[in-house]
Amino acid sequence: MWLLNLMLLVFVGVTAVAALQTEDLLSSAAILGAFSFMMCIVYAVLGAVDVAFTEAAVGAGASTVFMIATILRTSRRTSR
Amino acid sequence: MRWLSLVVTLFVGGLLVFASADFPAWGDPESPASRYLSPYYIEHAYEQTHVPNLVSAILADYRNYDTMLETTVIFTAGMAIVGLLVLPLAPLAMGRRPRDPVEHANRISPLKRDPIIEEACRVLYPPIQLFALYVLAHGHYSPGGGFQGGVIMGASFVMLAICFDLKTAMAKLRAPAYLGLAALGVMLYAGTGVLCMALGGNFFDYAALTAILPLPAEECRSLGILIVETGVAITVSTIIFSIYADLASEGAHRGGL
Repeated sequence: MWLLNLMLLVFVGVTAVAALQTEDLLSSAAILGAFSFMMCIVYAVLGAVDVAFTEAAVGAGASTVFMIATILRTSRRTSR
Repeated sequence: MRWLSLVVTLFVGGLLVFASADFPAWGDPESPASRYLSPYYIEHAYEQTHVPNLVSAILADYRNYDTMLETTVIFTAGMAIVGLLVLPLAPLAMGRRPRDPVEHANRISPLKRDPIIEEACRVLYPPIQLFALYVLAHGHYSPGGGFQGGVIMGASFVMLAICFDLKTAMAKLRAPAYLGLAALGVMLYAGTGVLCMALGGNFFDYAALTAILPLPAEECRSLGILIVETGVAITVSTIIFSIYADLASEGAHRGGL
């Protein structure tokens, strides 16, 4: 069990940093979707199945689509 | 400035990690929540509401104000986006500047229509909607309920808009009508509470519904939960689609992905 938790912690950290560091916002949105999915597994492991379900539907599904729709209408690159 | 913000972020993050050490251990039976609050729900929720899924019983019965106002928050967020992007004066208020050619080159271009994607979408979207209704109706017995069912229902229309175009999806959910549906969902929720008051109970005291339904009080509470969850699902699904339609077309409701 601790191995699964450690893996989830590492993945959550890596995806969070990667989403911020990526300059291509489309990849960033996809990585944030992966981050949400990891958080969904964390909630499921903690036994909060309803929260995990919501996170999977809203975090990994709907909010990723909203971000992509916004990128379509703005710019794909971060301005530095 | 970047270093300063990094220091602030690390400090606040460290503070949060430090403070979380004071939390009771996960699943600790001696923690205040497990000693005073949870046992009441675990012992009484099923006999009072006849809903096996405690989360649904607490969400839509014991903690009803919370859920009703959450639905209102979602409705308000959708209306705010409509106000910013769709209403006639919105583009003037934002002061749109002319297109920057460099920025324009960085845009992603909408893909051409693809028969494989369209056929897959046509096959998938009825089961997705059916699953959304299942999640909504089965929220009493398994994880799920109005929010999740509503998001899945809204996502099925968003998928239609992505695979075909916004026009195809808007033919199923027409433009002013879905905003009316969103308001209807909130009114269905709040109206259930008002109905309970009119029948002599407290706001959201579903047991008062025994006056008009030939059911025992527990079944009325179970039914009341289903009614308000339906209201949540209607609001959430239409607002999800509304936000997508506004964002993907800058409020014009033409084109899109």
